[in-house]
Amino acid sequence: MSNLNAVSFREEQGRYKGIFAWIFSTDHKRIGLLYLYSIVSFFLIGVLLGAAMKLELLAPGKTVMDPATYNAIFTLHGVIMIFLVVVPGLPAVFGNFMLPIMIGAKDVAFPKLNLLSWWIYVFGAIIALSSLFMGGGPPDTGWTFYAPYAFKTNTNMLPAVLGAFILGFSSILTGINFIVTIHRLRAPGMTWFKMPLFPWTLYGTGWIQILATPIVGITLLMIVGERVLNIGFFDPALGGDPILYQHLFWIYSHPAVYIMILPAMGAISEIIPTFANKSIFGYKAIVISTLAIAFVGYFVWGHHMFTSGMSGTALYTFSLLTFIVAIPSAIKVFNWVGTLHKASIQLETPFFWAASFLFVFMIGGLSGLALGALATNVHLHDTAFVVAHFHFIVFGGVGFAFMGAIHYWFPKIWGRMYNTRIATSGWIIFFIGFCTLYLPMFFLGVTGMPRRYYDYVENFHGPNIVSTIGSWVLILGLVIILTNLIRSAYKGEKASKNPWGGRTLEWTVDSPPTLENFEEIPVIDRGPYDYRKNPE
Amino acid sequence: MSTMHLHRDDEASKLGMWLFIFTELLLFAGLFIVYGVYRYLNPVAFHLAAEELSVTVGTVNTIILLVSSATIAMATTAIRLKNKQLTILLLLATLFLAFMFMTNKYFEWKGKFEHGIFPGSEDLLRLGHGDTLFFSLYFFMTGLHALHIIVGFVLISIVCYRVNNNSLTANNPVLLDNSGLYWHLVDLIWIFLFPLFYLIT
Repeated sequence: MSNLNAVSFREEQGRYKGIFAWIFSTDHKRIGLLYLYSIVSFFLIGVLLGAAMKLELLAPGKTVMDPATYNAIFTLHGVIMIFLVVVPGLPAVFGNFMLPIMIGAKDVAFPKLNLLSWWIYVFGAIIALSSLFMGGGPPDTGWTFYAPYAFKTNTNMLPAVLGAFILGFSSILTGINFIVTIHRLRAPGMTWFKMPLFPWTLYGTGWIQILATPIVGITLLMIVGERVLNIGFFDPALGGDPILYQHLFWIYSHPAVYIMILPAMGAISEIIPTFANKSIFGYKAIVISTLAIAFVGYFVWGHHMFTSGMSGTALYTFSLLTFIVAIPSAIKVFNWVGTLHKASIQLETPFFWAASFLFVFMIGGLSGLALGALATNVHLHDTAFVVAHFHFIVFGGVGFAFMGAIHYWFPKIWGRMYNTRIATSGWIIFFIGFCTLYLPMFFLGVTGMPRRYYDYVENFHGPNIVSTIGSWVLILGLVIILTNLIRSAYKGEKASKNPWGGRTLEWTVDSPPTLENFEEIPVIDRGPYDYRKNPE
Repeated sequence: MSTMHLHRDDEASKLGMWLFIFTELLLFAGLFIVYGVYRYLNPVAFHLAAEELSVTVGTVNTIILLVSSATIAMATTAIRLKNKQLTILLLLATLFLAFMFMTNKYFEWKGKFEHGIFPGSEDLLRLGHGDTLFFSLYFFMTGLHALHIIVGFVLISIVCYRVNNNSLTANNPVLLDNSGLYWHLVDLIWIFLFPLFYLIT
């Protein structure tokens, strides 16, 4: 029953023309795409910086850059990837585009605030990146801005820290918007437990965004105070305590890991039932484990600081809580695998991304437990093992879920289909490159190679060569994937409303959706993954 | 652009404001943690430094803020009773009290500056670590609070203007309600700052 007169949101003529029709649009779908284009651009910068680091580590000694440049590059890589790419990644792009459609709404609760969030994001990004080009040189403290480096270094710390503070605002406003949207705008009949899982994870994420982000906000303001006013909260020379900075920083930054991973888990929970043609196994368990992760995630920050100096009681408590927070993640993995059990699986590109997500996420998660155990942590702290672990979670987990999500929702967003053969070969090359890049780092870490060093001793040479070659393979895969997607967005075959046979609401609207998504707000009378009866 | 932008949901706006208030509370919570830690580590210095602050000025400012919270709460009722003049009067009273608060704060800070007590000053460093931290926290926290007063002042001025030109009436009082909520938040934070800096000696 598609309306012949309805035009898609991309063709709709608004008040403005050209680029202004996008950057002043309050349509959640256009804002989602604005985020997508900005985030992908920053991601590519981050990838190049990462590749530059790997190039430096190709051989011991100075290969292509001096130590100071290396410090600046790993700091920028971290700042860009964490604050500009991964934290806003899935919620800002797919959350904005899909959340209102998936819950049967015409837009988010506060469309203008939504546009403002994007503008704040861009403003924060410009401030943060301006640190590259100003007098003192780019910051070199690592993305954690640890005291006392952060106020002793002569590099441009202020713009980087202020940029991160402003980006936090954008994140908070998005969180508020999503929570209110979910509370107020669910379609009639969509009770909480009839809501799809991606909106559920956005709900959990929203709470972390509004309750954890202000802590890092105030902490970064205190760093500004240290540098500008010499307030001394974290300066031992003035009576302050640098360890307190680490606590405050991780009180946010550990929950931030769940801001990153929860929506990724949500996207995977959408992809798996669609390609398994089967209702998801343990829907409620996934919902409850999402909320459990969001809650327990607040109380594990100390595991970043096991070697910084804490009381024995604190050490044991944080270690125990770290093991507890792994349980809901494991529950989710069992649910996904349980969904695949005895399913008739469609082998399509999004499914390959989801399946490889399970693989890398498990390696990342289990290596996280090795780091959460006190004794092994002392050995592995600040080694390449840690770098491998969080790249498996943040790049492997979030990155693979992002890739899966973009291949899954591509026909809905652009109304066209990509070339699946090229997409799948891109995935294989990317996946091989990813494993070649990061697996050797586990071995390097166990044998004692520290992180954040531009140099290493001769015995680490072999695995480092493998790792660097992996980075080239990964970039090759990325180029194939991106060219395929960009080409298909213009020239791909027209996609139908529901190319994968999904059951959630976004597959009932046009591809691409019209401005108001639904001609008539649907009434919901069944669960989100009901594959028992044909909905047509 | 279309009809959906005319859609109005006051409940949603209030829920959004409450969530924003949670965020604000946690913003200050970070500072309260820092205060708690340093008070625990420097009990004597914090005790003596707190005596430097005038309880009288603090008390006056507390009363001012409490009364201003009452006036804006009355304004939210007045607008529902369709009494435009009283609403404006109460909002102006709130603005006047906010201004009084800032004036007191100004003279309080100015006095400290004249005695060489400000973040990073030589005199403050001579006093020792505990005092440095106490006064750094004092300036940082009351400064951030004062910034919130200014934001609230601007917000209430806008509300006042809109009540005056009849674009905010008993039919759509949500902006006034939300400004009231924000103002109560500013008040609430002060209720914690006052004992921490002035009373516990």
